[in-house]
Amino acid sequence: MSQERSKHGTVIVGATSAIARGIARACAERGDRLVLAGRDLDECERIAADVRTRFGVESFAVRLDVEDMDPSAFVQACAERLEGAIDRLVLSQGFMAEQSDAQGNPALVARTQTVNLTSVIQLCEAFVPHLRVPGGMVCVVSSVAGDRGRPSNHIYGSSKAGVNAYLEGLGPRLREQGVGVLTVKPGFVDTAMTWGLPGMFLVADPQDVGNSIVRAMQKRRHVIYTPFFWRGIMLIIRSIPGAIFRRLSL
Amino acid sequence: MPRRKHESLACWGNHPRYDCESARPETWHALDSSCADSEVSSVIARGLGRSYGDASLNQDAGVIRTERLDRALRFDEDTGVLEAEAGLSLKAINDAFLPRGFFPGVTPGSAFVTLGGAIAADVHGKNHHTDGSFARWTEAIELLLPTDNGAWEARWVSRDQDAELFHATLGGMGLTGVIRRCRVRLKPVPSAYIDASYQRVANLDEALEGFTGAFGDRTYSVAWIDCLTRGDNAGRSVLIGGEHAPTDSLPGELGTDPYAAPKPKRKRVPINFPSIALNPLSVRAFNACYYRTSRPSGRIEPAREFFYPLDSVLEWNRIYGKRGFQQYQVVVPFENGAAAVRTLLDRITRAKAASFLAVLKAMGASSEGPLSFPMPGWTLALDLPHTKRLDALLHDLDAISVEFGGRRYLAKDASLLPEHLPTMYPRLEEFMRVRDRVDPHRRLSSSLSRRLGLDG
Repeated sequence: MSQERSKHGTVIVGATSAIARGIARACAERGDRLVLAGRDLDECERIAADVRTRFGVESFAVRLDVEDMDPSAFVQACAERLEGAIDRLVLSQGFMAEQSDAQGNPALVARTQTVNLTSVIQLCEAFVPHLRVPGGMVCVVSSVAGDRGRPSNHIYGSSKAGVNAYLEGLGPRLREQGVGVLTVKPGFVDTAMTWGLPGMFLVADPQDVGNSIVRAMQKRRHVIYTPFFWRGIMLIIRSIPGAIFRRLSL
Repeated sequence: MPRRKHESLACWGNHPRYDCESARPETWHALDSSCADSEVSSVIARGLGRSYGDASLNQDAGVIRTERLDRALRFDEDTGVLEAEAGLSLKAINDAFLPRGFFPGVTPGSAFVTLGGAIAADVHGKNHHTDGSFARWTEAIELLLPTDNGAWEARWVSRDQDAELFHATLGGMGLTGVIRRCRVRLKPVPSAYIDASYQRVANLDEALEGFTGAFGDRTYSVAWIDCLTRGDNAGRSVLIGGEHAPTDSLPGELGTDPYAAPKPKRKRVPINFPSIALNPLSVRAFNACYYRTSRPSGRIEPAREFFYPLDSVLEWNRIYGKRGFQQYQVVVPFENGAAAVRTLLDRITRAKAASFLAVLKAMGASSEGPLSFPMPGWTLALDLPHTKRLDALLHDLDAISVEFGGRRYLAKDASLLPEHLPTMYPRLEEFMRVRDRVDPHRRLSSSLSRRLGLDG
């Protein structure tokens, strides 16, 4: 533990996902104080206990249901626990229904958009005025699925495309204040969401993904693909002309 | 219901391999529903898959992979007691606690084992004669158990609370409940280094003799045996001993930060080796090399290198190729023990079953577990490449062990015949009584438990 500690105050929403747990451990290893928020408070408590026990950092669990929340009350709760010093907001909440289930099911469509898009915008807007200036950071775990609309996954993909567009504008908006915005586009990650799904390949370990996200925050990057080779894969996929893309069964 | 994955699973020996329905819960809710999953006939927990045989396999039934439930929940620096989920690995424990001066009381030869697995196999290490098996360091276990209404309930057990069930779980191969949490005691150590010694001896007699002398009094002791030499040199060995190195014994700058040992670099075996790669000649050459280069010496080495020499080569089991290997470990009582070890080694040498790794050590007192492996005596462990004839050889070895009052380690077993079990484990009935009480419908089952008739 001889390395110098950064002591950032970091808020992680959707803290029980495997990627968020990877991010939480990577942040704690660097000495961050953490607020871990999610729907399942008991799970958040266990993750908070884990980073406290392993890395000796301060950590707090807060219950937050992004489908039914008061964003400004949540900002308040975080500010109290971090004694006013909120340096980083990491949003990792996500919901993916099977495309075939979501088609013709308005409730699933609404849920996809609320969890993945609306709540992200609401939380960013609520937190931005309270982030440390300069030096604050907003980091959102989006997806490569937002880069192109594919018949097999475009209801989920549309919510992630919305996130990408929102963050693309948020970055320059906050640049003058010295607040960074990082869009993370993971490829296939080995989580409960992908466990047992057919057609998975080059599946990444969530802790490796968490480490690379925290490194990208430190370097104040704007957009990262993780693992890195997805940048190449998506470069190819994005450059396929629409006329051809429409004929591919993806 | 969390998604299940239909996957072909094997343990570390890559033999046998079965299709299983595996779940990998990341939350307690998901763990509960994986246990209660009525679409699978039974479940068995699996950690990092480092047992060698079929203990964590459940052919055509449920396997619950615990590796994502790996949270350290509480640590008390005064008592050294760590409360954690079953999926936490010893590697993670070493990463987090060795820099603070704590080390597992008992560790097997790999750190890639989970707490749940260490308890279920009641693992032992090079310090069994002084520190016992993992059971001695286990204070309490939280088990998930089936109930009549199909849901599962959690129950803490310890030496004070349902001691019978607690004991049966120590070495119980996961058949007495799914371990969700446990409390284990870590031991304070003076540094992250081991004061290690290496001594060559010419044959088996000298090796056995060695354990009764100063070498046997070391906290950690084990003998590496070359099983391919015959005649006067049969059983030539390297005696490997170790103590936790006190701070003032560390050379130069190491002493200023005694817990900051370097983390070993890791390499990976990229492919399965072709089966021809390991043959009596290549193993003979390796063994000769190892023997010659182990010069009598003492040296200070990082604890991780001393305890886990193979962990730095990820997926080293691939050197045995696709056919895999079986590890065979037996313990025979000290009385007539030398004759037993000699008979076993002789049988192996005659079979020309090249063993890359053979180790011998003296074991101390047993733990309370009715199915726990260690007992006072000589233990011999060998890696044997899998062939068609191997099971026949192992059955011969089992017969020899039984004759000498010995037993085989179930965590390294895929071939024991059920009729040997009651002789090898005389407290089997006690174990079965607990099983009948907590799981009468055998919702907990594994390929091992069915092979050995433990579900009957």
